[in-house]
Amino acid sequence: MEELTAGLTKVGTGLAAVAIFLGLLLVIFFIGARAKGKLQFPAAMIVFLGPAILLLAYGLIAPAFLTTVGSFQNPNGNEFVGFANYSWIFTTEANRTFLTNTAMWIIIAPLVSTGIGLMLALLLDRMRRESISKSLIFMPMAISFVGAGIIWGLVYEYRDPAETQVGLLSQVVMWLGVEEPPNWLLWQPWNNFLLMVIMIWIQVGFAMVVLSAAIKAIPGDVVEAAELDGATGWKLFSRVTIPMVRGTLIVVFTTIMIAVLKIFDIVRTMTNGNFGTQVVANEMYAQAFVQFDVGRGSALAVVLFVAVIPLIAYNVIQLRKERTIR
Amino acid sequence: MTASMRRRGATILVGGVAATMLLAACGGSSSSSESSSEAAAPSESAMASEGGGDVAAGCEAYAAYMGNEGTSVTLFTSVLPPEQQRYEDAWKPFEDCTGIDIVYEGSDQFEAQLPTRIAGGNAPDLAWIPQPGLLAKLVQQGGPVPAPQSVADNVDQYWNPAWKAYGSVDGTFYGAPNSSNMKSFVWYSPKVFAEKGYTVPTTWDELFALSDQMVADGIKPWCGGIESGGATGWPATDWLEQVVLRTQGGDVYDQWVAHEVLFNSPQITEAMDTISGWMKNPDYVNGGFGNVQTIATTAFQDAGKPILDAKCGMLQQASFYAAQWESFQPGAVVAEDGDVFAFFLPQIKDEFPNPVVGGGEFTTAFSDRPEVQAAQTYLSSAEYATARAAQPGGWVSANSGVPLDTYTDAIAKLSAQFLTDPNGIFRFDASDLMPAAVGAGAEWTQMTAWFGEDKPTADVLQAIDDAWPAS
Repeated sequence: MEELTAGLTKVGTGLAAVAIFLGLLLVIFFIGARAKGKLQFPAAMIVFLGPAILLLAYGLIAPAFLTTVGSFQNPNGNEFVGFANYSWIFTTEANRTFLTNTAMWIIIAPLVSTGIGLMLALLLDRMRRESISKSLIFMPMAISFVGAGIIWGLVYEYRDPAETQVGLLSQVVMWLGVEEPPNWLLWQPWNNFLLMVIMIWIQVGFAMVVLSAAIKAIPGDVVEAAELDGATGWKLFSRVTIPMVRGTLIVVFTTIMIAVLKIFDIVRTMTNGNFGTQVVANEMYAQAFVQFDVGRGSALAVVLFVAVIPLIAYNVIQLRKERTIR
Repeated sequence: MTASMRRRGATILVGGVAATMLLAACGGSSSSSESSSEAAAPSESAMASEGGGDVAAGCEAYAAYMGNEGTSVTLFTSVLPPEQQRYEDAWKPFEDCTGIDIVYEGSDQFEAQLPTRIAGGNAPDLAWIPQPGLLAKLVQQGGPVPAPQSVADNVDQYWNPAWKAYGSVDGTFYGAPNSSNMKSFVWYSPKVFAEKGYTVPTTWDELFALSDQMVADGIKPWCGGIESGGATGWPATDWLEQVVLRTQGGDVYDQWVAHEVLFNSPQITEAMDTISGWMKNPDYVNGGFGNVQTIATTAFQDAGKPILDAKCGMLQQASFYAAQWESFQPGAVVAEDGDVFAFFLPQIKDEFPNPVVGGGEFTTAFSDRPEVQAAQTYLSSAEYATARAAQPGGWVSANSGVPLDTYTDAIAKLSAQFLTDPNGIFRFDASDLMPAAVGAGAEWTQMTAWFGEDKPTADVLQAIDDAWPAS
């Protein structure tokens, strides 16, 4: 009972806060709407952009700035150490694992996801009951990375071949005649690819849906003209379909790449970066929140941030180009 | 134009609402602590030594904490329900008598959130800090306030002196231990032992004679698992601590913690070799799971399950593992004549008798308001520990003021017996004492590589030494 009252009070406080905020907004909007003449434009700017800019500044720009400052500081964040944290990242022998792994992830996972997605989009295009198969393939997208990690952890679970098998993968390969399946998560360097499979399983649905829409948007007359000119099969695909969906392909590819760059949940759930599977984002978390080395954690965050910038810039430029074409 | 403007306005509105809700959610606890400090201002010293003549009947034991009616103290911890209820039941009389409301807040992200909350000026009044290393780190950053004399007196009276040192940073005493766990246990099945005619070993040699006997009988004597999500590797560090304390004694153990004895030293290498013949011995492990490498991928929670099926003989794991058996076999009885029980991991050398590796959390204050000190003192008293020990669930205190008969749980009683043994050598879990870069970093990952990838011992030890922070 006491807990219930406490809970209700909390909800009540929350609702009151929301109500006050709404009231404030209404007042601001009202003032904004009343502004006339010269004041009208700046007033509208403040009303509409102000809150967003404030929230961005508080929630994004300030933390980014503080993280950058933190990356030049010692573990406790109270002394400047220059570039020591960065040189630790790039010169420590042991760190080569997570650097090369992350590089492998950002090349392989997006390529394979986009490739399979494109293939599925083509195969499923105009198939009977297309929406059902598409929904099924898209479904993993609705599962969180941690959830997917736990599910696949059960798939990769290892037991001695003499024991009752718990892991699906071991059992399947044993049915296929392999007598001693490896302990999958320890199986270097292939365990990295087994982890990527999870990412691909999730992202293929996204790639397929977006690419499928792009393929359907190719004007019928273009395809018809190409067919009249004698293009069929592979030629039609490589000379017409691909160029027509090129922009979408790049956006899909870079979007998945950005997601992969930040990959953390899967690795953390499956191996916690052990057995040669560490990646930058998980190392960042471990440094900052397990070992409390704010300096190194921040430096790793900055490295990720800097690595994402060109991808996002390219993405935005690509989107702009598309818009001008249409 | 107008339509799109309106739509954008709505988006901002929605974003704003979400942000306010977040702010409201975060602000909740800080506002309550503010109001409590206002209420506390006029009251006098918490430790009213007079006790006051107007103490209600039944509240005599709490006389020392009076004078703080209507105040509240926030307590932040990593301990989650159902334990929370048992704590609240234990200190209910204290709350009723003194009028101090202890506001319990548990979080499974405790270690990550606490420093953030302190940095954000939103520190709790009290926190149960599970690692002395984290306590030292927080003291460096600023936040914890030294414990009052009343707490120090309680600790001097009731605890093995080692505990006070673990609750201190640079000679300043910050917190008394709350619960304790006893890590030097070996879990086994009394049923299987009775069936096969095994007896509980009391010396290291007997333990390994028994292991060999099990091998001869076709049972893998040991099982283990060190997978634990973000903390993978910690059970392996416990094995190392057990052996270091047993073969090298308390002094070397302390020097090892202080990095005066390096990991890559003859002493620690010797301990690692002992483990090689034990938990890395392919004849001995990993019962029910497979080869030695499976130790690295087996969840520590699952490690003991094969004991119930007689596929594994024994598991070295802490007292808190008692909670796992129920999940393997509903109704499993943890008792000397039940389905599972534990015995003390025997000493190795006679010169180091009854070595106990354990852990616990320390009640640390972030405010010196009188009601906070009153609650902190109460939480270090024998009355509190006895009331809490009487609750179900196998809670253990190293507080020697708790009569052993209070414990209703067999494992808790056995733990308390060793933890309060005046002749025993008690040492805190070393990885919790070392800098986080080692104790929560390299030592975990390197020990995991030692088991999972069979990384050479010397490389493992050198890599841990290399990770030790320079300053």
